[in-house]
Amino acid sequence: MNPRTALAAAASPPWRLARSVWPWRSLAYLLTGLVPAALPLALLAGIELLRPELTALVGLLLVALVIVAAAGPVLAGFERWRLRLVDARPLPARPPLRLAEPGLWRELGYAVLGACVAWCLDLAVIGLSLFPPLLLLSAPLQPSDASAELSAAPAMRTVLFVAGLILLPLTAYPITAWAGARAAIARAVLAPADPDLADELVEVMRSRVRLVDAFDSERRRIERDLHDGAQQRLVALSMTLGLTRLRLADDHPAAALLDQAREQTAQAQAELRELIRGVHPQILSDRGLAAALRDVAGRSPVPVDLQLRLDGRLPAPVEITAYFAVSEALTNLARHSGASAGVVAASVHGGRLVVEVSDDGTGGADPDRGTGLTGLADRAATVGGRLLLASPAGGPTLLRVELPCER
Amino acid sequence: MVLAEDSVLLREGLTSLLRHFGHDVVAAVGDADALRREAVDRLPDVVVTDVRMPPGFSDEGLRAALALRAERPELPILVLSQYVEQTYATELIDAGRAAGTGYLLKDRVGEVAEFVDALARVADGHTVIDPEVVRQLLDRRRDPVRRLTPREREVLGLVAEGRSNAAIARRLVVTEAAVAKHIAGILTKLDLPPDADDHRRVLAVLAYLRA
Repeated sequence: MNPRTALAAAASPPWRLARSVWPWRSLAYLLTGLVPAALPLALLAGIELLRPELTALVGLLLVALVIVAAAGPVLAGFERWRLRLVDARPLPARPPLRLAEPGLWRELGYAVLGACVAWCLDLAVIGLSLFPPLLLLSAPLQPSDASAELSAAPAMRTVLFVAGLILLPLTAYPITAWAGARAAIARAVLAPADPDLADELVEVMRSRVRLVDAFDSERRRIERDLHDGAQQRLVALSMTLGLTRLRLADDHPAAALLDQAREQTAQAQAELRELIRGVHPQILSDRGLAAALRDVAGRSPVPVDLQLRLDGRLPAPVEITAYFAVSEALTNLARHSGASAGVVAASVHGGRLVVEVSDDGTGGADPDRGTGLTGLADRAATVGGRLLLASPAGGPTLLRVELPCER
Repeated sequence: MVLAEDSVLLREGLTSLLRHFGHDVVAAVGDADALRREAVDRLPDVVVTDVRMPPGFSDEGLRAALALRAERPELPILVLSQYVEQTYATELIDAGRAAGTGYLLKDRVGEVAEFVDALARVADGHTVIDPEVVRQLLDRRRDPVRRLTPREREVLGLVAEGRSNAAIARRLVVTEAAVAKHIAGILTKLDLPPDADDHRRVLAVLAYLRA
C-alpha cells in the first residue's frame, strides 16, 4: 500500500522513505507555515521600529488583532490547502461563515495559533534535524591549522564527511514524522472525527465489502445454474433437432421448418453463451486475469494491444474488479470513443495491481453519463483501490485502475 | 471411444448419437477422474470430453485431456466446450503437436453430420478448431490478415479448421487448383513456409494467428 499521509510514510523503511516524495512534501509543508507568520512578525517589527507609547501600543495591538481576525478565514483556507501536501485524504467542506458555527471558530483559532506560535516549532525541528549531518558534511571545509579549536587529519575529515552523507537521508524521519504529527493536529481541528460516525463508517465499509462478495457469489451461482441447466438443454435440443433432420428427406414439407428451428436454436445458444460470459467469465476463475484479459481483448472490435506483466494468480475480488473494469472500458472504447486502436496494460508492483486502458479516440468520456464507470469506481473502492479517468474532449482517453493486492 | 460429459442428458444423447453413426462408445463417464481411469484401462481410439466437469467444475475435463495427451501423445482427443475461449483452444493445440486434437463448441453437436465428420477427422490425426474460435483469432490479427481478400480469408478460416484442400474445394464449389492457389497466396502474405502437409499447414496458420 502506498501511504496516504506523511505520518504513515514515516513508518516505511529508510531506503523507501528517502526515495519517496514524502520528505520533500513534509519540508514544503513545514516551510509554507512561515507564510502566515509574516503577520505577527510584521507587528513585532512595527513595535520595534516605532517604539510607541502605551496607548498607541494598545491601539496598534487592537488593529493587529482586527487584521488577524479578518485574515483568519484566508489563513484557514491556506492551512487547508497546505494540508494536502502531507495528507492525501480529502477534508470535509469548509464551515459556513456564521458566528454561531463552532467549526469556524476552531478554524480561526487554529490559523491564529499557527501564525503566532507553531512555525517556531517547525523551524526548530528542521534546524535540529539538519544541523548534525550538515555539520559533519562541512568537516572538509573547517579550518584545520594549528590555531583551530579542533584539528583533524584529512582521513578523519573524510570519515566525518561520509558519516554526514549517511546521516543526511535519515533526517527524512524527524521531518516527515513532525510534519505528519502537525498534519494530524490540523486534521483533528479542521475535520474533527465523530467517534460514532467513525464506527458507523467502518460498519458501512464492511457491509459494502460483504455486499460485493455476495453479489459476486450470486453471479457465479447464476452462471453455474445457466450452464448446467438451460445451456445443456439447448445443446440436447439442437442434437434432437439435428437427428430429426437427418431422418427427413430434403424435400419433406417439414424440412424447411426444421432447418429454421435449428437456426433459431443456434442463435439462442450463441446469445445465452454471451450472456453467461457477461455474468461471470469462467476463464477468469480457471486461468486468472491475464488469460481473461487476453480473451476479452481478442473480442474487441477495435484492435487492442496487450501489455501484460502478470504472473500467478491474484486475490479473486481483485481479479474480478480488474476484469470488469477492462471489459467495461473496452465496451466504451468500441461504442463511444471512435478510436482506431487501444492498449491494455496491467502489471503488479509494490503490492498494487495497476491496469490501464488507453485509446486514441475523441475522449470526452463522462462517468456521470451512465457509462458504468461510477459503478466500477465503487467496486474498486470496496477492495481499497481507486479508479482514475482522464478523457479530455478531443482525446486521448486513459482509464487507470489501482488495486491493492497483498499476495 | 471413451466419452466424458457430466450432464446425464447430454451424455446419453451423445452416446446414442455416436452409436447411431456406428461408433463404439466403450465408456461414458461423468467426471475427470473416471475419464482418466477409463482412458488408461480401455485404450480407446479417441476420447471425447467436456471442459467443465466434477469434482471442481472448472476445467478438469480439459486438464484430464492434456494429462492423457502427455501420457499417450498419439491419442486423439476432441474437446467439447461451452466457451469460445482462445486460451482453452490454444492449450489443446499446443498439446496436440502430434496432431489429432479438436476443440469444438457444443453448439456444433446440432450439426450432426458436421460433428461426426469433425470427430472422424480428429480420429484420423487432424486438427479441428471451432469456426467461432477461428473467427476470433482472425479478428484479432488485423495487420497482414487485413491484406487478404475476402475469399482468401474464407479459405484461411477453413484451413484453420483443419480441412484438406479437397474438402475446401467442395465447400466453396471451386477446383482444388484454385484452392491451392488461394493457399499459396495466403501463406505468402502471412510470410509462412509453404507446406504440403495439411496438418502442419494448420499448425503454422494457428501459430501465426496466436502470435
